Amino acid sequence: MAVIRQIVLEGAQLLLVLALAPLFTGYVRKVKARLLRRRGPPVWQPYLDLARLLRKEVVLAENASWLFRAVPYLVFAATWVAAALVPTFVSGLASGHAADLIAIVALIASTRFFLALAGLDVGTSFGGIGSSREMMFATLAEPAMIMIVFTLALIAGSTQLSTIAEVFVGPSVGLRVSLGLALVALVLVAIAENSRVPVDNPATHLELTMVHEAMVLEYSGRHLALIELAAALKLLLYASLIACVFAPWGIAPSGAGLLAFAIGVLLYGAKVAVIGFLLAFFETSIAKMRVFRVPEFLGVALMLGLLGTLLLFVTRSL
Amino acid sequence: MSLALHAGFLAGAWLVLAAAAIPLTRSPRGSEVFYVLAALVSAAGAASAIYAAIGTLPLTLSVPIGLPGLGTRLRLDALSAVFAVIVNGAACITSLYAIGYGREEPEPLRVLPAYALFLFGMNLVLIADDAFSFLIAWEFMSLSSWVLVVVRHRDAESRRAGLLYLMMAALGTIALLFAFGVLAGGEGAYTFDAVRGRTLTPITAGIALLLVLIGTGSKSGLVPLHAWLPPAHAAAPSQVSALMSGVMTKVGVYGFIRIVFDLLGPPVWWWSMLVLALGGLTCVLGVLYALMQHDLKRLLAYHTVENIGIIYIGLGLALGFEAYGMNWAAALALTAALFHVFNHCSFKSLLFLGAGAVQTSTGERDMEKLGGLIHRMPRTAFLFLVGCVAISALPPLNGFVSEWLTFQAILLSPDIPNWGLKFLVPAVGAILALSAALAAACFVKAFGVSFLGRPRSPAAERAHETDPFSLAAMGLFALLCALAGIFPGIVIDLLSPAVSLLVGSKMPVQAALPWLSIVPIAESRSSYNGLIFFLFIAFSASLAALAIHRFASDKLRRAPSWDCGYPDPSPWTQYTASSFAQPIRRVFGTFVFRARETVEMPAPGDMGAARMHLELRDLIWDYLYAPAAAFVGFAAEALNPLQFQTIRRYLGLVFLALVSLLLVLALWP
Repeated sequence: MAVIRQIVLEGAQLLLVLALAPLFTGYVRKVKARLLRRRGPPVWQPYLDLARLLRKEVVLAENASWLFRAVPYLVFAATWVAAALVPTFVSGLASGHAADLIAIVALIASTRFFLALAGLDVGTSFGGIGSSREMMFATLAEPAMIMIVFTLALIAGSTQLSTIAEVFVGPSVGLRVSLGLALVALVLVAIAENSRVPVDNPATHLELTMVHEAMVLEYSGRHLALIELAAALKLLLYASLIACVFAPWGIAPSGAGLLAFAIGVLLYGAKVAVIGFLLAFFETSIAKMRVFRVPEFLGVALMLGLLGTLLLFVTRSL
Repeated sequence: MSLALHAGFLAGAWLVLAAAAIPLTRSPRGSEVFYVLAALVSAAGAASAIYAAIGTLPLTLSVPIGLPGLGTRLRLDALSAVFAVIVNGAACITSLYAIGYGREEPEPLRVLPAYALFLFGMNLVLIADDAFSFLIAWEFMSLSSWVLVVVRHRDAESRRAGLLYLMMAALGTIALLFAFGVLAGGEGAYTFDAVRGRTLTPITAGIALLLVLIGTGSKSGLVPLHAWLPPAHAAAPSQVSALMSGVMTKVGVYGFIRIVFDLLGPPVWWWSMLVLALGGLTCVLGVLYALMQHDLKRLLAYHTVENIGIIYIGLGLALGFEAYGMNWAAALALTAALFHVFNHCSFKSLLFLGAGAVQTSTGERDMEKLGGLIHRMPRTAFLFLVGCVAISALPPLNGFVSEWLTFQAILLSPDIPNWGLKFLVPAVGAILALSAALAAACFVKAFGVSFLGRPRSPAAERAHETDPFSLAAMGLFALLCALAGIFPGIVIDLLSPAVSLLVGSKMPVQAALPWLSIVPIAESRSSYNGLIFFLFIAFSASLAALAIHRFASDKLRRAPSWDCGYPDPSPWTQYTASSFAQPIRRVFGTFVFRARETVEMPAPGDMGAARMHLELRDLIWDYLYAPAAAFVGFAAEALNPLQFQTIRRYLGLVFLALVSLLLVLALWP
């Protein structure tokens, strides 16, 4: 019975993030448009876009290999799993014991690895520029993320997200300098990882400044739909991660009743709504930076993460 | 099962095989026969090590050959057995590869005997139990591999690589010789048992540690003693590069573990700091050098340097934990290091074999002339990709597991009551994460530029799939990468006898855990399950594929690439290896390599091409090797007149030397 319960909850979490991800992207776009005094597309526009892409044929470059066709499925599956591994409304699922926060970070790294390979597959200059720059960003974003993981894990005494959430909701943690540093670093990393302004511009096209979009330029039809959906899932993943670690209230344990789950889902929705609003607000109030300023931006994240970890090595109470 | 059988079989088989190789090279299919036999002997060697490990360990043997009164002592304990299985297993698969690859060898007589002797030497190092046989085996391994490096002796670059390797090997052996001298002390404790019985003063042990670091570090490629690896690995035939990089560097690590963990007695905190700092430096410099390469084999060789750094980080952590009595944590760090030894052996051998397949098929090692091989060598491409994913520490393959274990060990280290280590360990953790990310970039570059895109040269266009033996060998290594990644608990359990032998503690038994999870300390702290993780991803990927094919359009049209409307048919508009690395070079290279880019623009109105010059400096070479070489040259020049003396003066010099030595002896306290 317990196993079935676990599987049902896991499935519910998988479906929840999958259903919510395009809505979240649409919501952020809508808020951004409203902040710019535009009306903006409706929040469900991403669903319509996905449906349209799925109906269209795939135009495949002549020398695209099997890898190019396999990557969208791999990237989507890995991002989906990663997004479902972050506790949203329920914690303590068995899958959390299979993969901890380090594994989630590595899973995200592997989606980037394969996307970068796909960018090089067709052999165009745009694909190359995208892959090369994306990997350059990753070389700083990834260690910064690992340092954030270290900070959280040292406070909670565990690298498992559900345990971290459970510890952080308790009274023993309180306000800490290292947590503040980790939060700032995590926000910086999340912005870079999701190719948001000021690192990259998700709305840009046909510009030499684009990074992520250049990498996936050759994709079309259902492949593009999967990649867009994966990007939406990744954005939601980081929002849930911030919510789960820094606002862990209302996450129900896996043995709770239906009411607790309902409250969990509602609170989760509220939390990501706030985070999405803040993201949109931040994006509209800042300009995109030059590519070679990004390493400085991410270097700050790395240093903050390292500082947080160092503080905890020096004393457990900071 | 006695050690006499194991050692006798290996010695007999390899020496006979080395001798038999000479007549075999005369027959056209001789090298195939040789490599089949070599694969069988290696398989038997691995099997006998496994069989011995199942029984009671350690096995010891004393042979009355060698120095009078000492003889040769051999010993097979859990640590030797682990390394013997890794060495012989990898040698078996590599020999299988060479059955096909070796056919192309123009001068088999230069390769085959040395190949057999090389494998014999490595096996002997692992079971040597006294200083003399250890050093002899070590030199055997170095010299036979030197012969293999200079196989293409008509090529000036090969000769240069061989010279550099020989000198570094000599330096390493001298350092080890002194190390054993220090360990033996005045009473002449040359057997390892006698050394274990001695209690060393902290200064003696410290000097021994430094010498061992030079001796074994130069063999495994610890920065700054790594300079020989890239030229030597690039010059040697690919099955030899795979063995040198995947296996011989591990024998160097074995030497370090054997002497430092087993013989040197309880560690002191600064040993750990030194090893950690060197490991971190090795790690990040190795991968940055690798990123700057465009020769596939040199790239892989520099990457070996990075992986050696990861192993030494694990070893340094283990030393630190052991110094403060946290043996349970030392067990975790040491397991991570040994796990990485196995992992690196499997994926680096795979990648070198893949590079060899590319080289035979296209005649090129230069990535700037490759491209598009995934269409012409699909199986090699797939297997090479598996190696790339594994080495980039991406789940669910094996590279991730050892990295994960190392991170878990780092997370235990705030409890070490030492301020130096408290500051060093987080920095090393950041370096480890940075190198993992750089490694991923490096292998996107390696795979993307050589196998993806469009061919950049006619040779790459004419490439063809490699032979079935090579594919089978690469497939076996890829399978090992996958199995060790999905079932890491089994590997950890197999390593635990060696770990408990060295640090007196071991990780919890993993086989007892449900669902094949791995748990380093306690489940509440951290756990990882490769199998469930893999199944989870496989399940969601197939679900996505199923849903897409059920509900979405399945139409597909081939068309020219889009490229924002300006596709260019020339393959030179693709990103190359150097352009791929350019952003990273700009971020890290200006500091590490003093990288300078200058662009010469043609005058306005001139239709000529602009040129870009790139200047990279190898600072370690410039500030360490070049001055050392200059000093040796200067000293040789200064001592040169001594060569042209009369016999009277020579006798005078000999007398002077004798008197001064006697004086030293007389004045020695």
